[in-house]
Amino acid sequence: MSVNNIMNIAGSAMNAQIVRLNTTASNLANSGVLATTPGEAYRAKKPVFSTILEAQMGNQRDAVGGVRVTGIIDDAKDVKQIYDPGNPLADETGYVWGSNVNTVEEMIEMLDASRNYQNNVEVVSTVKDLMLRTLEITKA
Amino acid sequence: MTIIDNYLGTHSTALTVRNQRLELISRNIANATTPNYRARDIDFAKAVADLSQSSPVRLTDAAHVDGAASNLSTISSLVYRTPLNPSVDNNTVEIGVEQAAFGKAAAEYQASLQFLENRISTLRKAFRGD
Repeated sequence: MSVNNIMNIAGSAMNAQIVRLNTTASNLANSGVLATTPGEAYRAKKPVFSTILEAQMGNQRDAVGGVRVTGIIDDAKDVKQIYDPGNPLADETGYVWGSNVNTVEEMIEMLDASRNYQNNVEVVSTVKDLMLRTLEITKA
Repeated sequence: MTIIDNYLGTHSTALTVRNQRLELISRNIANATTPNYRARDIDFAKAVADLSQSSPVRLTDAAHVDGAASNLSTISSLVYRTPLNPSVDNNTVEIGVEQAAFGKAAAEYQASLQFLENRISTLRKAFRGD
């Protein structure tokens, strides 16, 4: 049914944007975390989105075409090396390793995710109004 | 049924296509941040022509579904949108364009619905005879 389709599409997009907001929150929260080795340092998490293709749906007739999160990857950028011999986490040469989170980038991600979420809420609300009106066609 | 179908005219067909168009644009909006997604739209004139010309489907089995292009994957009038500005991730959704199209499609849906409601209310008046 078409109404369900639209709701599913918008719902999947809202879900994906929430995952994106979650990773952004996690990145911002962990941006100040330090570690002793580069391997232990926090790397920014980025969700990967892809379109749900019609063939991937169990029911071929429901041409959904929503969004799904195919995975969450670590940002490949180098982690920061900071000289801080007084830090208890410092290695024998006096270095600690900071996260590779770019705060400005994360703020933009957050804005974009929340705007996209709002767009999809708007779609749901418009479609809901239209369908309620369509249901009342018998009262014409 | 043919008489009532004829009486309701193109509006019932139009409503189906407009509903599909809303669905398609909602897909575009949903995939606004998906890399490599290409925005699509319906060639409205062609879609209505296709639906109007298709002969009534004969259902000979309980499992048959009344086709009449009830799902998007079967209609041939899907076109790709040409983006005004190309983007790095190959996504051709431009959210402003899509929002404008969605608003317009919603208004058009309401217009078709209004036409249909008017015809139905006329029909009911005729039935009641008052």
